[in-house]
Amino acid sequence: MFLTRTTRALAILTTAWVALAVAHAGAVEISGYVSLDPRAFPGDPLYPDQHETASLSVSAQPEVYVEWARGDQSLLFVPFFRYDQQDSRRTHVDAREAFYLLVGDTWELRAGLQKVFWGVTESQHLVDVINQTDGVEDVDGEDKLGQPSVSLALIHDWGTLDLYLLPGFRERTFPGREGRLRPPLYVDTDLTTYESDAEEWHVDWAARWSHTLGAFDLGLSHFSGTNREPEFNPTPLASGEVVLAPHYSLIDQTGVDVQAITAGWLWKLEAINRYGQGDRFAALTGGFEYTFSNIRDTGIDVGVLGEYLWDERGDDGTSPFEDDLFAATRIALNDVQDTAILAGVMIDRDTQGASALVEASRRVGDAWKLSLETRSVFGTDESDPLHAFRQDDTFRVDLARYF
Amino acid sequence: MNCTCKRERRSTKANLVWTGVVFWAVMMAVGVAFTAAGQTPEEKGLQIAIEADARDAGWGDMSAELKMVLRNRNGDERTRRMSTRALEVAEDGDKTLVVFNEPRDVKGTAFLSFSHKEGDDDQWLYLPALKRVKRITSRNKSGPFMASEFAYEDISSQEVEKYTYRWLRDEELDGVDCFVVERYPVDKQSGYTRQMAWIDKAEYRPWKIDFYDRKESLLKTLTYSDYQQYSDKFWRASVMEMTSHQTQKGTRLEWVGYAFGVGLNERDFDKNSLKRAR
Repeated sequence: MFLTRTTRALAILTTAWVALAVAHAGAVEISGYVSLDPRAFPGDPLYPDQHETASLSVSAQPEVYVEWARGDQSLLFVPFFRYDQQDSRRTHVDAREAFYLLVGDTWELRAGLQKVFWGVTESQHLVDVINQTDGVEDVDGEDKLGQPSVSLALIHDWGTLDLYLLPGFRERTFPGREGRLRPPLYVDTDLTTYESDAEEWHVDWAARWSHTLGAFDLGLSHFSGTNREPEFNPTPLASGEVVLAPHYSLIDQTGVDVQAITAGWLWKLEAINRYGQGDRFAALTGGFEYTFSNIRDTGIDVGVLGEYLWDERGDDGTSPFEDDLFAATRIALNDVQDTAILAGVMIDRDTQGASALVEASRRVGDAWKLSLETRSVFGTDESDPLHAFRQDDTFRVDLARYF
Repeated sequence: MNCTCKRERRSTKANLVWTGVVFWAVMMAVGVAFTAAGQTPEEKGLQIAIEADARDAGWGDMSAELKMVLRNRNGDERTRRMSTRALEVAEDGDKTLVVFNEPRDVKGTAFLSFSHKEGDDDQWLYLPALKRVKRITSRNKSGPFMASEFAYEDISSQEVEKYTYRWLRDEELDGVDCFVVERYPVDKQSGYTRQMAWIDKAEYRPWKIDFYDRKESLLKTLTYSDYQQYSDKFWRASVMEMTSHQTQKGTRLEWVGYAFGVGLNERDFDKNSLKRAR
């Protein structure tokens, strides 16, 4: 159902696009990538139906852009395709972005499918609520689905005020029965329920004020509508199998994000207050980033990051990061191949359970990029949602061709 | 009679005025000559920097396409392409926006910098894959820009206040009459102890700069060539070649499509414009 609706929407968008591109022929700009990115899972699967060993996968994300009126009007279309050999739910299509942009002197108007990022921290993005997570792509929550929206940015001396009208909700994507990196029970998106009677057609709104004041970059935001993060209700199917039915509550969330810069140090803080998903609660992420740059005149930068993650709900909450520490290093060789390494670890202060990530990437020639990634979970116990992934240590190779 | 008298009187008065003017002019000339003779090399160096800055003032806004060719010690070349635009800020440093176009994996990545006459510059980086505008530290002055032989401090806006100066001598460089001026970075984060610049006397344009590292050894040399004049006033080199003496690597910047007064304003250099920069 999700796929067919998306596919239909994509077909309509593509047709509209071709028509518009033809109308403004000559200025069409095409770029993007095609990628071969298999994943390997050395551990035996924990749950029945889950695939073993490895899964081949390919993805593509072309980008079509056309502008006119000296760039004051433009159209952007960024479809995304993924085929996964083992997990049929991971095989999916999306339009990451497909919007019209009109730029005025003190304002910008966008209409269509958008991708919006709010926030400053690295370990998680609490205040970033506009887009739904594309959960089959990765477990880090960085991949997002395009959000239907009309937004107006008002740009003045006192800062930028972004106003969003969000008609149409996108459900989070989850691995299929065969997929790895999933909870013990299969998430059945055919059983999705909503708090709103309008279900996925509830019209959400959001606003954000952001400004730079000297060394500070500030953001204050509010979101009112269907929560992007579902709760799960175990539900028995007719077959006797118990599955998880996602439920999306209506929430009001106020967020603040601050970044301060002092002599090479970046200080970061994100905090939210959410109402509507159970009791009102607060959560925050705060920390620092310091970069040792051009070490011994080699051109190499080594960044050190530390963040603390807290959630008022503790172990009762939906977040695995209720009292966690995050430490990471980012090494950039600043060479012609842009070689970079990111290594990080998240430790639960309560259970000592940890998850680790190592990511390395390097350009090959002018148009190729090779990335290697490993993710692992260790020392977790039953109280930690990440415990479900304890057999799902992942190695990922990503060879992408950019055009 | 009366008339003659009047005329005479008037002419006497005119003579007096003339004498005054001449006397004043002579005194000024003597004064200037005296000052020039007594000018320290530091004062002369600063004066040259101020004059060069004044001659290039008033450009307002500009845009250009930049091709950057990286050459390794074996002579293999890699090409980078970017669009640049800049806005002159009268009482402070300039605003600059650089949008990367090649290599393709960094296409759309944009770098916004507000340079300041004093203190650290403000810098933001836009990461298109995440749609994220990130404030970054500008402390990394000596680090390489895009793996090139140009450091961040070499490509940032050159304000008079960022250096102290010392005139060394006058010298011909490839047949061009030049001042040779040494300049010393004010910022402790700079990778250089000093830079030696050859600036032509006719138009106050740099033709060559030698960079000396913290150990006082010659690190690299930048040469400017193919100067073109825009809007009948502003000189820009079409080619800038940086050669490292220590690694034998080099970077060539080729500027095309220089356009001045294209109507850019503050709005084209804010965090919103960063997200849609092409």
